[in-house]
Amino acid sequence: MSRPDTGQTPVLRLENIVKTFPGVRALDGVSFAVMPGEVHALMGENGAGKSTLMKVLGGIHQPNEGQIFVEEQATVINTPLEAKAKGIVFIHQELSLAEELSVAENIYLGELPRKSFGRVDWNKLFAETNEILGKLNVSFDAKARVGDLSIANQQMVEIARALTVDAKAVIFDEPTASLTDAEKVVLFDVIADLKSQGVGIIYISHRMEEIFKITDRISVLRDGQYSGTLTTAQTNEDEVTQLMIGRSLDLSRNVSHGELGDVALEVRGLSCGHLYQDISFEVRRGEVVGFYGLVGAGRTEIAETLFGLRDPSAGTILLDGKEVRINSPAEAIAHGISLVPEDRKGQGLVLGMNCRDNMTLPQVDDLKAGPFVAEGAEVAIFDQYRDRLDIRTPGWRQLVGNLSGGNQQKIVIGKWLSMHPNVLILDEPTRGIDVGSKSEIHNLIRDLASQGYAVIVISSEMPEVLHVSDRIIAMYHGELIRTFSSEEVTEDNLIQAISGIRSDKVA
Amino acid sequence: MAPGTLSNYLKSGAIWAFIVLELAFFSIAGEYFSLSDKAFMDFDNMLLLFKQSAPIGIIAMGMTIIMVNGNIDLSVGATYALCAIVLLDSMTWPIFAGLGDAVIPISWALALLTGVLLGALNGLIVWKTGVDAFIVTLGSMLGYRGLVFMYNGEQPTSHLNWTLVDFAEAQFLGLHTATWFLLAVTVAIWFLMNRTVHGRNAYAIGDNRSAAVNAGIRVGPHMMINFMIIGFLAALSAVVFYSESGSVNPNDGELYELWIITAVVLGGTKLTGGSGSIVSTFGGVLAIQLLRKGLAHIGADTSTVNLVIGLILIAVLFLDRQLNLKGKEELRV
Amino acid sequence: MGALSKFEIGGVLARQGILIAFVLFMIAFTIANQRFLDPDNILGVIRSSAILGVMALGVTFVVISGNLDLSVGSMMSFSTIVVLDLHDKIGPALAIPAMFIMTLALGALIGFLVGYLKLNSLIVTLGMLSAIHGLTLTYSGGKNMDIADKAGTWFSVFGQGSILGIPVPILIFALLAAVLGTMLAKTPFGRKVYAVGGNGVAATFSGIRRARVVFMCYLLSSFCVATAGLIQASRSLGSQNTVGQGLELEVLAAVILGGASLMGGSGTIFKTVIGVLILGFIQNGLLLVGLQFYAQYVVTWIIIILAVWLDIAAKRGRLWSPIA
Repeated sequence: MSRPDTGQTPVLRLENIVKTFPGVRALDGVSFAVMPGEVHALMGENGAGKSTLMKVLGGIHQPNEGQIFVEEQATVINTPLEAKAKGIVFIHQELSLAEELSVAENIYLGELPRKSFGRVDWNKLFAETNEILGKLNVSFDAKARVGDLSIANQQMVEIARALTVDAKAVIFDEPTASLTDAEKVVLFDVIADLKSQGVGIIYISHRMEEIFKITDRISVLRDGQYSGTLTTAQTNEDEVTQLMIGRSLDLSRNVSHGELGDVALEVRGLSCGHLYQDISFEVRRGEVVGFYGLVGAGRTEIAETLFGLRDPSAGTILLDGKEVRINSPAEAIAHGISLVPEDRKGQGLVLGMNCRDNMTLPQVDDLKAGPFVAEGAEVAIFDQYRDRLDIRTPGWRQLVGNLSGGNQQKIVIGKWLSMHPNVLILDEPTRGIDVGSKSEIHNLIRDLASQGYAVIVISSEMPEVLHVSDRIIAMYHGELIRTFSSEEVTEDNLIQAISGIRSDKVA
Repeated sequence: MAPGTLSNYLKSGAIWAFIVLELAFFSIAGEYFSLSDKAFMDFDNMLLLFKQSAPIGIIAMGMTIIMVNGNIDLSVGATYALCAIVLLDSMTWPIFAGLGDAVIPISWALALLTGVLLGALNGLIVWKTGVDAFIVTLGSMLGYRGLVFMYNGEQPTSHLNWTLVDFAEAQFLGLHTATWFLLAVTVAIWFLMNRTVHGRNAYAIGDNRSAAVNAGIRVGPHMMINFMIIGFLAALSAVVFYSESGSVNPNDGELYELWIITAVVLGGTKLTGGSGSIVSTFGGVLAIQLLRKGLAHIGADTSTVNLVIGLILIAVLFLDRQLNLKGKEELRV
Repeated sequence: MGALSKFEIGGVLARQGILIAFVLFMIAFTIANQRFLDPDNILGVIRSSAILGVMALGVTFVVISGNLDLSVGSMMSFSTIVVLDLHDKIGPALAIPAMFIMTLALGALIGFLVGYLKLNSLIVTLGMLSAIHGLTLTYSGGKNMDIADKAGTWFSVFGQGSILGIPVPILIFALLAAVLGTMLAKTPFGRKVYAVGGNGVAATFSGIRRARVVFMCYLLSSFCVATAGLIQASRSLGSQNTVGQGLELEVLAAVILGGASLMGGSGTIFKTVIGVLILGFIQNGLLLVGLQFYAQYVVTWIIIILAVWLDIAAKRGRLWSPIA
């Protein structure tokens, strides 16, 4: 691995960028430089300022202080269009494509070649598009409708878009989030190709393996501040993590501790179309079962089935030994199942409602004084869980949308704890929240188990599942590959299992 | 075949299948119920059908752009009436008194200008305030109608110009003037939507607005131009219709937005924007007009037409949803 | 930056903008015409707003649940025509419940289509606007409906009677506003309406049966429409079959003016009542200062746009839209 030549001019350099919003200093003096032919990772916890920085680079926000240099020329970027014109190109996490339009129209979105009378010059459009697609070695053609392409191919369309301009810097924002392994290989080839052409690449990702595989240097943001740049070849995951969180996170392995109760939930041969097949497992009281796998492995879909949001195509669900059919979340709740969903803002909370009302929403029918909602009882519940979970809010009247991610997540957890569930399912419980809240939630999960709750934790973070689970179920492409006890599990065999490698499958 | 292609074909063909079904139904039912002994698919009857489709059809083309663009315009009926008043009334203005028939192009221009301005006002408000087009045009539907009533109270505004009537009633190659206007507008808007940068951008904005913004498409002015186009077309529709009838009631054009949106939705344009076709909207317009004529042919009155149109609109919505369901794997939310 | 404080002042202004505008209008009208604040005039305004107001109460539920109802105008025509027709056929005592049942059936149908079949409410109620209009014309045979013996029926009490000097339509409006306002603000059902409109997915994930809530909102809306039809029929004892045409827009205008968001999840019955009264007083004031009747449409248009604009501006913290 080579450190870029010091004699070169950086393609992109940020100097002391400050961006404030009313009440927040989102970026506080960020500086770093991207060299030509360099893959430069940008890391940081959610909320560290990565997305704000990208918006500054993309011309969506203007910095309050500081300067952007493109090839050492001071540059002001007022609009996304100007960013593109200056050779700064984004491959967005959420694909920004128009699905109804053709590949070619998407690639040249905003700058379709014109003929007289404002007509589109189709010949030129398709010819140029095919030329670019040829470079990328893809399997679809310029006239294909984007909505008909796979996610990976749609991402290729975005990359092709980057190639239409004389790109100096290409910014990849979590590009592998929904790619298969084979698709990742293709993506990394494209990145290597860009690199060899002298393009500077900013690569934003949370995935350490990838970062260490493809990047040359790593810059880290913490709480809006620049906390350092490391040369990838000369560092390790611990050092990066240190920079990101400012301290080491205690993610020591949890050691299983004695008494387990009865089987609270048993699932036998559960299948749901092609989403997942033939899943069997059980969860005992006092036990945390972790589900680990890649995005799309079918974990969330199993949770949704247990919560009555999906129809299983086969199999049975038993609660306390009795077979049940669950047709709606309302029925699931009546059976004592609670789900802290994956998408906090979309599925977990009504952001325009206050804290108290969000917390008591599932039991609002039961908290009655005559025909009315017993607001006193609601406040009591809110106070109880605010204290227990250390939720920081000025009061229950605060709208949930105004809270930080960590406190929002605690409201969701409080909502479901207050239902006193038999089975508590947490889907990505710490996604996108700060480090402090994260370890609080981990401790809480262990506490709940010791109080006799049956808990399922779905997570994409290996340290998290290792830390909180008594047993870990590894899934790959809708199949349950293996169930690990906490004694058996190692990072290696877990990674193998979720990559589809079977070894001495244990029931 | 790529996934989704089949249902796309089904959907784009559906409106024509529906039209064939209507033709067959009314032809057969007409044998038993018709009050006249003329066949439903009589040639003159079909020519008349095209002509009667024109007022709504011309505006429906503009509505297609608006809806593909991700907006909606509820004020077209009121715009139509206001432009009609400008058309007829301006011919009697004293300053044009000495012009004779030369007033016709001036009045036409004034009416069309009015339409463009009213559309531009809607578009400007949507652009600059960021208020949803639904609310903006709901308001101007009320406001423009208020202007119509303020102009002449509840009295009709009338002025017959026989040169105009002759022009409007003329037939060229067998087709009426109004039909030619409808065809010309359909071709022009088809060209706009499928062949020009403006049209393709309309799809892009309706499909993924933030992507369009990031790609540097100026969404605000773009939307405003579309509102000006639909305003122009509402005025053109008024020009075509009132040149012949010569009298406008202040209630004219009421419920037009309903008919027009029905035609556009029947043609398969997505309510959320990004998808829709001018040819299918043309089919939707014909289907609605066929239904009106067909029901009249078999002796049903206008009330039944309203009932049937409303139910068909809901049925189409239901079918569309069923076609787009992904089966049992769908999340129940 | 000074923009912050400016923004905050602007925010307060925008949030209270409707009330401020209302007060300014009232003052201007009072100066222009002494009769404006006359108790008789005020009572008259509220009385003539009652029909619109009663309908707006139901639509408030629908809008907060995140849907639209454009069919209330033609549904009101239907109720009016049906109850007038049945009055002479089966007598008022039976005609009223029969009309309510028929109107509620229509509301249930819409509720089924939007709630359980999850169809787009704008198009469904647009379709129902047309369909119910057709139904009414078919029912009435296209003719106006009149009660034969206008002098000898107690049916006129709902529209023309008064108790302790207060007109019955006002009493009905006030009573219904109190009941529905309490229902929305204080009961579990009301809470669920806000949740469904605020975030339907999250509501489902919290075990709320969203379809049922939406269905109930449309049922409530049709109940209010039936009540409005009753008042209308009783007031005139005869009616055209297009009596409610266009009212859906004024109703929606009142609800939006009251500050309910068309995105759902916000609004209250109290605010809707304010919205209704603002519309009523402005229309009345404009007439009193000598503007012609139809100018109120234009003024209503301007007020609606301003009200929604200021509301959005306060939320986003800037007056003009950031759209390029």
